[in-house]
Amino acid sequence: MIEFQAFDQRRDFTLDVDFALNAGVSALFGPSGSGKSTILNLIAGLERPQRGRIALDGNVLLDTARGVFVPAHKRRIAVVFQDALLFPHLNVRRNIAFGRFFAPKDAPAIPQELVVAALGVGHMLDRRPATLSGGERQRVGLARALLASPRLLLMDEPLAALDDERKIEIMALIERLRAEFSTPILYVSHAVEEVVRLAQDVVVLDKGQVAAQGAPATALMRARGVMARERFHLASALDCALGAYDPAYDLTQFIHPSGQGALVGRVGPSGKPVRILVRATDIALATGPQTGLSIRTRLAGAVESIHADAGALAFVHVVLAGGDRLVASVTRSAIAELDLAPGKQVDCLIKSVALDERPVNEF
Amino acid sequence: MALSGEEWMAIALSLKIALVATACSLPFAVAVAWLLARRDFPGKTIFDAIIHLPLVLPPVVTGFALLVAFGRHGFIGAPLERLFGISFAFRWTGAALAAAVMGFPLMVRPIRQAFEAVDPRLERAAGSLGAPPLWRFAVVTLPLAAPGVAVGVILGFAKALGEFGATITFVSNIPGETRTIASEIWTQLQSPGGEAAALRLSLIAAGIAVCALAASEMLARRAARRSAQ
Repeated sequence: MIEFQAFDQRRDFTLDVDFALNAGVSALFGPSGSGKSTILNLIAGLERPQRGRIALDGNVLLDTARGVFVPAHKRRIAVVFQDALLFPHLNVRRNIAFGRFFAPKDAPAIPQELVVAALGVGHMLDRRPATLSGGERQRVGLARALLASPRLLLMDEPLAALDDERKIEIMALIERLRAEFSTPILYVSHAVEEVVRLAQDVVVLDKGQVAAQGAPATALMRARGVMARERFHLASALDCALGAYDPAYDLTQFIHPSGQGALVGRVGPSGKPVRILVRATDIALATGPQTGLSIRTRLAGAVESIHADAGALAFVHVVLAGGDRLVASVTRSAIAELDLAPGKQVDCLIKSVALDERPVNEF
Repeated sequence: MALSGEEWMAIALSLKIALVATACSLPFAVAVAWLLARRDFPGKTIFDAIIHLPLVLPPVVTGFALLVAFGRHGFIGAPLERLFGISFAFRWTGAALAAAVMGFPLMVRPIRQAFEAVDPRLERAAGSLGAPPLWRFAVVTLPLAAPGVAVGVILGFAKALGEFGATITFVSNIPGETRTIASEIWTQLQSPGGEAAALRLSLIAAGIAVCALAASEMLARRAARRSAQ
């Protein structure tokens, strides 16, 4: 449980936020300049606010009113940095043993072999950081942070410096950490896909203030002002179950209360719960009967709200049968032509090739 | 070319003075270099200038200042002798002090640059992993700055070995006590027919200096190779 409240006025930026997070993996989301790095530094004890109170599991780390400030090294909050920041003069073995050395002897220790195995760093223990690739460095960074037996793991855009393939690989590892170790994680990112995939609770920040908080799908949708600038990163998550696999076309059916669709390849056994990520730009809306389409995924719902300004684009929030929400990015001209308005029934058409799935058994 | 007893004495004394001067001033040099590299405080510019003063002042002036401060009746020297029995005046310890003061700016500069080159985020990372400030310094900052520290030590040592002006002003030129290689060369040159001895000692001084520089180069290279592996 993180309780965070801080006010900090700077020359060109004012941070004024108040939130509490109590999930296995929480996220701070927002564009650069929204204040998420500042909050991370405040939680880690690397900066002090003018006014504020920060507590972790009821343990006060900072309280300006009472003059409490616990220095960074006594907070037991380990940070995973964007560029790993491994100690260049130490080999991997010593890097990951670093935190263990300073952890209190009575701290619940995660066995090193388990972490080494989970993160796949066993074969590089004798190497120096300079010889590792970006992805390898980040694995070592995760191992190092985890082995410090922290009460909280702060991840500061840990994937931002990696290429797409490594991103997916490290994201899967973070999911594995969440499933295997009980260390709570606060994940800081400006990438919607990472937040939706990893976090159970997200605080959306904009210009130093909390714009929304809640489950990723709803919180990200509510924070429209943030999203309008990033339509290509805007996405919704749908909780579905897998259906049958069709070997002839190599497609796996998935079932959602509002309809069904297809995922590329053999995804898993029938009945397995999956969370599917749908980008706002991959959804088409239809009101009448549709024929002659290549679309494999069709979900039924009703328009909840439409958000548009004078520009070309609009965001349509759709409540699907079953209650999940979907946000679609379409043009204003399409809204006029289809005569979309709150309450109107629509079909959401999604290209199967654009869908991203993940298992949700650890929720 | 056989060396006379006096010449041997001067060489041994010089090495002793330079080693003591370097070893004793190193902790201070590291502390000052760290302060200058990592901390901002009021009067930092003036502090920096004072540290560098021995580099730009005539050595005689530095020696005179030491005499005033650390002499038998100096405002630091007198209480030091009374309270702890430590005396600098006309003793080899005084020569070491003069050498340390003269070599100090030369030590501080490369160490400071090495500290400045260490990514402060690494120190923060160490802190977030639970390392208290002194540990952070000992296991992250200092090892990463080691090549610069080595260079500082060698430069300080070389300077201490060759110090003349401040030393002779402060502690005079007493055989066996404060007569270093440099003082011995000067003494030889003052006496008729001493040129040969002066030349011998000059060559030895040059040899020691070259060895020190080579050692520093080797240390720096080894450290660079180690951190690149």
